[in-house]
This record gives sequence, C-alpha cells and structure tokens, in this order.
Amino acid sequence: MPYDSTSIVLTNITKIFTNGKRQITALTDINISIGDGEFFSIVGPSGCGKTTLLRILAGLDIATSGNVDIQITADDRPVNSMVFQEQSVFPWLTVIDNVAYGLKLRGIPKKERYQTAENFLRMIGLTKFAKAYPHQLSGGMKQRVSVARAFANDPEILLMDEPFGSLDEQNRILLQQELLRIWELSKKTTVFITHSIDEALCLSDRILIMTAHPGTVKTIIDVDLPRPRDVASIRTSMRYNELFQLIWLTLREEVLKVHDRDFDNPS
Amino acid sequence: MKTAISILSPLTLLLFWEAGAFLGFVDTRLLSSPWMILHSFFPLVISGDLIYNTWVSVVRVIWGFIAGAIPGILLGMSMGLSPFVRSAIEPMIAATYPIPKLAIMPLILLIFGLGETSKIFTIAIGVFYLVVINTMAGVLNIDKIYLEVAKNFGASRKDFYLTVALPGALPMIFAGLKLGMGMALILIVAAEMSAAKAGVGWMIWRAYDMFDIEQMFAALITLSILGYIFTLLLDWLEHMVLPWKQGN
Repeated sequence: MPYDSTSIVLTNITKIFTNGKRQITALTDINISIGDGEFFSIVGPSGCGKTTLLRILAGLDIATSGNVDIQITADDRPVNSMVFQEQSVFPWLTVIDNVAYGLKLRGIPKKERYQTAENFLRMIGLTKFAKAYPHQLSGGMKQRVSVARAFANDPEILLMDEPFGSLDEQNRILLQQELLRIWELSKKTTVFITHSIDEALCLSDRILIMTAHPGTVKTIIDVDLPRPRDVASIRTSMRYNELFQLIWLTLREEVLKVHDRDFDNPS
Repeated sequence: MKTAISILSPLTLLLFWEAGAFLGFVDTRLLSSPWMILHSFFPLVISGDLIYNTWVSVVRVIWGFIAGAIPGILLGMSMGLSPFVRSAIEPMIAATYPIPKLAIMPLILLIFGLGETSKIFTIAIGVFYLVVINTMAGVLNIDKIYLEVAKNFGASRKDFYLTVALPGALPMIFAGLKLGMGMALILIVAAEMSAAKAGVGWMIWRAYDMFDIEQMFAALITLSILGYIFTLLLDWLEHMVLPWKQGN
C-alpha cells in the first residue's frame, strides 16, 4: 500500500439484523484497511449492505461483531462527518449556518466558524447564497452545501453515501469535479459509496467490490489513474476503459446472482 | 373586483338589517339594529367601561395562553424525542383530552376559588392540550434524516432540542398555538359568564340580565375584533420566527 499510515481498519465486521424471529445477515466477515488520505469507494449490487457498512463507520449503526478502528490524530477533531444520500441540509438554517453546523455544535465562536464556512462556500461557488434558505436552492446546490458541511467540520474521515445519486448527469459531473478539487486540497480519508462504476473510477484510489447479499469483500481494485484528475478527460483514457471492463465483469457475476435469485423467487 | 365584493356583501347585509329594523320586519327588542348598536357602542368606549372589561379579558387570555403554551411546547418536545416519556404521558393525555374543558370548570372553581387564577387556569388547560398534541406530532413528523445528521455531528441532548426538534416542529407548534388561541377565546367567555366581576364575557351576561341587547352586541363585536388582533399577532410572530418556510 502506498500510504504512510492507515486511517481505518475494519476487522471481521459482521452485521445481523433481527426482525422478530428472523435473522438477516447483512454483512459478513469484512476485513479492510484504508490508508490515510485515501479516496476509497465501495460498489456492489443493490442490497449488498454498502450503506450498512458506511453507517457502522459513521457510528449510526453498531456491528454485531468485529472491530472498527479509526486513527485519531487530534483530540478536538470529530471522528467522521457524513454526506447523506438524500436531501439532508436543515431547511430551517441558512446556507452558511448549515455549513457551520458541526463547528457550532463543537462550540467554536461565531466569527471563527463563519470564516471557515465562508471558505468552503467560496470553494463550492455559493458565496452569494450564504444567507439564503435551502428551499431557494436547486438539488445540486443543496448537495454542495451538504458536502461543504462535512468538509468544514474537519473530521478524521469523510463518509459519503451516494451523495450525487439523485442529481442529473450534468450536475453530477460538476460536483464530482468540485469534490475532487476540495478533496485534493484537504487530503482527507474518504469512504464513498456509489452504484456507478464510472463515478468510482473517476474519484477513487481504490475500489472495493462487494458480493451480493450477504455482503462481504469480493475484491479490491487499485485505480492507477494519474492525479490530479479531470473527470471529463479521464474517461477517454485507455486505462480507464480497461478498469471499467474489469470492474464490470467482476460486479456482473454478483449482480446476476441477485437477478437470478429474484427470478427464481419472485416476490 | 373581488375586494369590492368582499366589502360590499357585509355592508349589504347591514343595510338589510337596518332597513328590516326600520320597517318593522326585524324585532329590535331581540336583534336590535346596526344604528342602535353603534349608538350604544361609543358611550361604552368613552365611559371606559368597554375598554376596562376588554383589558381584564385580554390580560387573562394572555396569562392563560402563556401558562398553557410553554408547558405544552416543553412536554410535547420531550414526548416527541423520547419514546420513554411518550409511553408514560401519552395515555393520560389521550384519556383526558376528550373531556370538554368547560366540564371541569366547576372543579377548577372549587380548587382555585373565584379569583383570577381559576380563569387563567381554565384557559391554560385548553391551550395546553392543543399545543402539546401538535408539538409532539410536529417533532414526530421531522424527517429522521435530520436527527441522523445531528447525531453524526455529535449533537448533545440540548443540541437535539434546540437545533432539530424545536425548529423542525415550529410550523406544527404554531398550528397548535393558533388553535389554542381560538380555544382561549371560547373559554374566557365561558369562565367570565359563570364566575366573574369583569371581562367581556361578564359584560355579555350582565347585558342579558339587564336585557340590554345593544351592549351585548357591543361585547360580541369586541370579541370578534380581539380574535382578529390575536390572529394577526400570531401570524406576525410566525412570520418572524419561520423565515425558512416556503411561501412566507
């Protein structure tokens, strides 16, 4: 691994959901270590437990067994900040207060947290909208605010659960490029969930492919594309196409498993 | 055009009323006439009688409203956020809510006597139920995602209340406050009719005793104006604290 130190180590993570007397194994025996400053993506067929894994990392769910170890470099720094899949900016806060939310909870004085928030607003091009409320923004702008909120909180690791999944393609490409730019400035360890192979390739250092339900590690692929990347031109490179093929063929087996299972037992 | 109709239609009704009274179709002993009401309205204002009694009622409504709304908001938020508090309190609220508040007024009079406390308490009870139920519903209706964001950003118990539950439930809290204001006006009149020495409700009852129909109508008009002013105040307050609501 090209990283000086590891940021996240997951050992034997298993998650079992109990629903009455039925037990559903969502994740089984997951072992991963993610390097400090790495952009790590997770892809897998729907229902493979990607989101569950991210929620365990976020501390929103607890693993049934196994160990989550996240390296702490500063005591006053939050462990993680998450960018959620759906609309999650607070409608009752202005754009700048949304971005500064994490800082406010940590008791950082108003002037200081507004300074930080303004920096990130400038990076995502929403300076003019600092005092606007979310209902005045488009979907893409709201997701920008959500991304800025996570970065502004300055956590050890960033977690993103298909943050651009609900956007149209043009906005998605714009936001991918912006995310890359901010990430390259901050070099934060990032775990990113997506169902798009293309998105994973454009953004990541490594891509974890998960098996169909119950989810576990199928394989991890190194994305040896040069950085800094331009999401538009990277798609034309030879290596991008080879990797796309490789990931799709690996993923395809798992997707077909789900497909066949659904076909055999139509609900 | 629409405004013109909205202004003309009540004026027409008043005109018919006046004409009916003048021509003898309307029994002025029971229904009076707009002119006669206006004629007795101004002396009541100038003598200070109407203003004094209105003031007495307004003070009772405001105190009762505050005494009911604040505990209602606090308890409603706790019930919304904590399943434990909800399970403990909800059955009691559900069991006592359907009791008409007027039915417990004699009991309140026995407990608190004939003074101000009994009127304020009656109003507070009526307001409390509407506010607590709406506040709880408001908190429960907050999209779960916002609670998760707060949790992910390390929110303390206080942060959950102040940064998510309160702002998220405010639209519903205001719905409860507005319903509560209507209830407060019903209850103040009822309370003042049965046991009071002043107030708009008492004026109506005195007018009944003295068979002074004009004074009765003057009191009714005052109540209508009061209700309108309170609604405007709540609308204004809502506008001030909910700048993020669409359409505001």
